[in-house]
Amino acid sequence: MSEKTSDIDISYVAYLARLGLTEAEAAQFSAQLKDILKAVEKLNELDVTNVEPTAHAVPLTNVLRKDEVQPSIASADVMRNAPQQARGLFIVPKIVEQG
Amino acid sequence: MTLHTQTIHELRAQLRRSKVSAREVTQALLDRIAALDRKLKAYIWLNRDDALAQAEAIDRTGAAKDGKPLAGVPIAIKDLINVEGQPCTCASKILQGYVAPYDAFVIRQLREAGAVLLGRTNMDEFAMGSSTENSSWGVTRNPWDLERIPGGSSGGSAAAVAADEAIAAIGTDTGGSIRQPAALCGCVGLKPTYGRVSRYGLVAFASSLDQIGPFTKDVEDCAILLGVLAGHDVKDSTSVAQAVPDYTRALGKSVKGLRVGIPKEYFIAGTDREVAAAVRGAIQKLQSLGAEIVELSLPHTEYAVAVYYLIATAEASANLARFDGVRYGLRVAGDDPIEMYRRTRGAGFGPEVKRRIILGTYALSAGYYDAYYLKAQKARTLIRRDFEKAFEKCDVIVTPTSPTAAFKAGEKMDDPLQMYLSDVFTLSVNLAGICGISIPCGFTTRPKLPIGLQIMGKPFGEEMILRVAHAYEQATEWHLQRPNL
Amino acid sequence: MQYEAIIGLETHVQVKTASKMFCGCATDFGAPPNTQVCPVCLGYPGSLPVMNEEAVRKTILAGLMLGCDIARLCKWDRKNYFYPDMPKNYQISQYDMPLCRGGGVDIKLKDSREVRIGLTRIHLEEDVAKNSHFETTSGVDFNRAGLPLMEVVSEPEIKSPDEAFAYLTALKEILVSGGVSDCDMEKGQLRCDCNVSVRPVGQKEFGAKIEIKNMNTISGVRRALAYEIPRQIVALEKGEKISQETRRWDDAPGVTSVMRTKEYAHDYRYFPEPDLMPVVVSDAMLAQIRELLPELPEAKRQRFMQQYGLPEYDAGVLVTDAALAAYYEQAVRWSKNPKSISNWVTTELLGKLAEAKLTIAECPIAPPQLAELVTLIDGGQISGKIGKDVFAEMFTTGKSPSAIVKDKSLAQVSDTAAIEAFVDEAIAKNPKSVMDFKAGNQAAINFLKGQVMKLSKGKVNPQMAGEILLRKLRGS
Repeated sequence: MSEKTSDIDISYVAYLARLGLTEAEAAQFSAQLKDILKAVEKLNELDVTNVEPTAHAVPLTNVLRKDEVQPSIASADVMRNAPQQARGLFIVPKIVEQG
Repeated sequence: MTLHTQTIHELRAQLRRSKVSAREVTQALLDRIAALDRKLKAYIWLNRDDALAQAEAIDRTGAAKDGKPLAGVPIAIKDLINVEGQPCTCASKILQGYVAPYDAFVIRQLREAGAVLLGRTNMDEFAMGSSTENSSWGVTRNPWDLERIPGGSSGGSAAAVAADEAIAAIGTDTGGSIRQPAALCGCVGLKPTYGRVSRYGLVAFASSLDQIGPFTKDVEDCAILLGVLAGHDVKDSTSVAQAVPDYTRALGKSVKGLRVGIPKEYFIAGTDREVAAAVRGAIQKLQSLGAEIVELSLPHTEYAVAVYYLIATAEASANLARFDGVRYGLRVAGDDPIEMYRRTRGAGFGPEVKRRIILGTYALSAGYYDAYYLKAQKARTLIRRDFEKAFEKCDVIVTPTSPTAAFKAGEKMDDPLQMYLSDVFTLSVNLAGICGISIPCGFTTRPKLPIGLQIMGKPFGEEMILRVAHAYEQATEWHLQRPNL
Repeated sequence: MQYEAIIGLETHVQVKTASKMFCGCATDFGAPPNTQVCPVCLGYPGSLPVMNEEAVRKTILAGLMLGCDIARLCKWDRKNYFYPDMPKNYQISQYDMPLCRGGGVDIKLKDSREVRIGLTRIHLEEDVAKNSHFETTSGVDFNRAGLPLMEVVSEPEIKSPDEAFAYLTALKEILVSGGVSDCDMEKGQLRCDCNVSVRPVGQKEFGAKIEIKNMNTISGVRRALAYEIPRQIVALEKGEKISQETRRWDDAPGVTSVMRTKEYAHDYRYFPEPDLMPVVVSDAMLAQIRELLPELPEAKRQRFMQQYGLPEYDAGVLVTDAALAAYYEQAVRWSKNPKSISNWVTTELLGKLAEAKLTIAECPIAPPQLAELVTLIDGGQISGKIGKDVFAEMFTTGKSPSAIVKDKSLAQVSDTAAIEAFVDEAIAKNPKSVMDFKAGNQAAINFLKGQVMKLSKGKVNPQMAGEILLRKLRGS
């Protein structure tokens, strides 16, 4: 990963994360992230062949619930938090279909 | 008698015997907050009228006499946990205006136990930070030195307890966010085993690492409060269905014959000289109390910071995607949804949150997943195994909680990497999913700042770490010292 | 040059459950917007998902019905992308460890050849919200967000719009018969994305893949492909280069148009969902689900033909609907004449139900009553013609056929003396016909027989009436 750390494409990553950055922020983060990624490169020293990844801190399986209907929350509580709403719908700027 | 300085167990006795009313206690805390919090800034939202109403209800129903464990005890809540009808901003502008429509599991437990919910404490935005400087609502000060930070991310909760602005408080710990501020403020803070306390209603930072836990003035209070918070919750799939013991029964037992592990990787250059000396002293104390000291190794410790920052930021990048201005919180208008997202998130998140979202998104993105995220998950396995092996040789592991005492506000703000390194001793506990507690074990001399001792335990080994912590605490007087405010 | 099309289908099917996939909100269709929502399915801060057991079981059931390998260990992942219909801006889905792999759907081609369209995988994920569009804004209704959704991915083995149609029809039939989904397309319970490319026959490499998004009728898929395939061929013949893109199908003008090109390719950043634990499918769980396995429609059709001696057509009609087939089999249990029961069910009963807009579940005639009616006819107690009137009466009143026959004195007259009286009367009243018969006009007897039936109001046993009439005409 070492050759890749120098060229983190901050505008692409910010686009993926839908994060508006000012030019100053982008420049500052680029420099800081380069340092952080360099520190993270320490992991290259490790041989992790045949090591299972840990995704959960406890080894539980089959945590399932019965198919039972529970009450939903009141419409007023839902809509109280909506930045913009009309006729029971959350209103957003017009969606241009992208799939 | 000053009510605000009392512990839970002291107050409980008086409330049960009606020597004092819950309303008086709550009022005393509100007065203390009114007098102090302007300079401390531990709270970001106070539940003044409702807190008094809750207290009056406790008095009316005689809940204290019914033996409810926290009847009439005022507790502060970190601003990351949903309480129905209250704001829950996570110290972020992006949740401005949001009113929680439901109670977190731990809030239901606290209400059931008769606790009075005092208000919401300051924190690093979305729990990302080690100093509480990354809050959108101002910097919380360390009660021992107002020039200094209280630690983080649960700095408000730690400062509130240390300054007697709450009898106890609730925080969250993803990489040390309870233990490190507890150490820096001189109180007791415990991170439970992953799955011990339900995360339902806790706004997620890193889902596989987050746990809720108590801040208290002493170990007995910690045992009482943990007993209320712990329990299985069907609404959290990662919550473990294991009976909750009476943690107070672990107290008062001797440590004679217990094996205390000392990992060499935690006693290295870079740790403040006075901190190292205080921890060495604590180990000697435990030895003098009859514990057996076992030198051991946790060989993958040096990778923990890298592993932690990859896993935590990757999970956070997804967890924080929901803050988009559609259903709740801040919205900055845009011509289309994408523009709206970018503006809303650009304006709503602070720099540290943005930095971590960028890092996490990058670590998961096409072409980098295997090199960063997957590798970190595998290294996490190695760290977990280190602890499994270590606990074959010992009952608890003892280390410093933080390499330094509280640092000055602004000191590390421009160097995120240095800030990340202040969690170097606490991160591994979260990565391994085990439990850990921080208790006071001394002070630096100039200025006088608290030093924390970390005691780590096996999964669901809370009784053991409380037992050792209590034995040490009862043999020392560090926990009785109070800041001069 | 000859071209061939290569088609793969990704079919999203709503799994039939009472509550959503990760929360207890109801799944009822048509509720007012944002009334079947809670912190979990709205993606509120602090909420957590808990897996609905039924959604997992039904997806496994679908896998068993379609001959898939069922994973013994599966997990869920987060698929990250921003869209206003996504409450968390990540979808909980399955990336590399889906519940089912392999399997296939058997379809019958026009030339009666049967082929199997292979499946790549079936995974279980959550549905998104529903958007509606206004002049300058869009509105989002989260009632649908979090419904359990099965994604059935076919191999690129479909070669024509008709095959795609047959594949979807068969898939739907199977899933409905197993109770996995209602597949009600009007309610959006079955939606489909098509991947289609064309290449010159004989060429090994695939052509550039075009994805057609989100079609919600089976016939729409056929029409879209019937438009898209020639469009690609014409473009190739003109020497144009086709490049990978996503298109949308507009049903009204009947055309596809570009939605986005490859440069917008997603980077979904899948990673294991930390809030959900893996599911281990044990032998016991699998055995339990296997017991729920319904007979597949094709197997049932074969069995009906063999066991009940039904023609292919009858069997085909009966098995299209599992409930109808069950009704038929219940009725047959009370009868010795499965063919006759089939005739009644496939003609009279289905006709009446359609007329009254009722489903088979709401049918006012119980299966044993239908069997009783057939027994009455077969035993000669009533004629087939009277039988139809009795059937109509049963349908409106729900009464048993014997009660109706008794109440209305409809029992067939099989008493020789009584029939002779009607025959005598008919002979007396129609001397001309009697003369015609005697003159050798054999057909005249049919008229006379008709008169006997008329005089008796249809109640005499027609066979006996014919015999007596013949005897009397010959004898006199």
